[in-house]
Amino acid sequence: MAFRPEHELHKRRFGRNLGLGLTLAAFVALVFALTVVKVQRGDPMEAYDHVVRPGSVPKEEGSP
Amino acid sequence: MSDIGAYQGATPAPHEAGFGDYVQLLKPRVMSLVVFTALVGLLVAPVALHPVEAFAAILFIALGAGASGALNMWWDADIDRVMKRTARRPVPAGKVEASEALAVGLALSGISVVMLWLATNWVAAALLAFTIFFYAVVYSMWLKRSTPQNIVIGGAAGAFPPMIGWVAATGSVSVEAFLMFALIFMWTPPHFWALALFMKEDYHTAGVPMLTVTHGRKATRAHILVYTLLLVPVALGAAVTSIGGPLTLAVAVALNLWFVVGAFRIWRRDEVMAEADKYAVEKAFFRFSLLYLFLHFAAFLVELALKVAGLGGW
Repeated sequence: MAFRPEHELHKRRFGRNLGLGLTLAAFVALVFALTVVKVQRGDPMEAYDHVVRPGSVPKEEGSP
Repeated sequence: MSDIGAYQGATPAPHEAGFGDYVQLLKPRVMSLVVFTALVGLLVAPVALHPVEAFAAILFIALGAGASGALNMWWDADIDRVMKRTARRPVPAGKVEASEALAVGLALSGISVVMLWLATNWVAAALLAFTIFFYAVVYSMWLKRSTPQNIVIGGAAGAFPPMIGWVAATGSVSVEAFLMFALIFMWTPPHFWALALFMKEDYHTAGVPMLTVTHGRKATRAHILVYTLLLVPVALGAAVTSIGGPLTLAVAVALNLWFVVGAFRIWRRDEVMAEADKYAVEKAFFRFSLLYLFLHFAAFLVELALKVAGLGGW
């Protein structure tokens, strides 16, 4: 059975889905690029990693 | 048998919008002005952002502006429908449902503010959030239908982008950022009142209390002249700050002289004269107002380029 010609409605839906897909792909690429830039520049990114580190130990009175 | 067969010969559903209809919801022409002024604000700032951060900042400022445009179209669908200038917008034209415009506006507002925060700093993000709130709630929902000063106060929303661009780079507001804001803020009333003079039926039909409707056309002409005169010190003031220089000052003097002459010609005319030449002077003033703002901000950019080459600036 041959395919029937595509309806205008489907073309419009395809255009909408393609547009949204490309927008999302561009958004992912931008977030990735931003992450690379910020990590390379060494922006603050210290988070709690379940390991005691010097920065997380409260300072005692009189200590430098 | 696929579901395609069921659609053969059917007319498209009224709410099957294309991707372009959603783009139209974001008012791309307004966005282009936002992109340009925000870019200038960001570039002339004394702190340089990484190109990726700068690109992201401009993109999300523009997206925020688009989001407020979608919210405005959701709220104003009833008056957009009766005004010739706006009747073909996606919501009044039946291409996009009002509830969809609201959803798009809210979603993009959240995304743009959070992403601007992550890409630059929280002050810029807070300013963007305030701008969206100001345009959607203060201007669209409150002022537009309640006071003839709607354009004056609502103009602040369009004036924020260069300030946000500056703050995205520096993290704080300064006199230069304020003067770029003030330049657009003071420019907006004469620009829109000139439009209202020759699009007279639109606002009257929609019941929007534009100055032409509430105080008459003679008063509107006087207001255009007064605001144009008030714009002069702001424009010259911006040209003598750190973002200006001899070239910017020369451009500002020339543009403002031309603008004041145009406003004076509008003030001197009455409706009989305007009808006789089909509002030629008012239309020319409106067209020049677009060029006025573009050239002012372009001058800041050229001055920056000259400064980099060791030629411009004070």
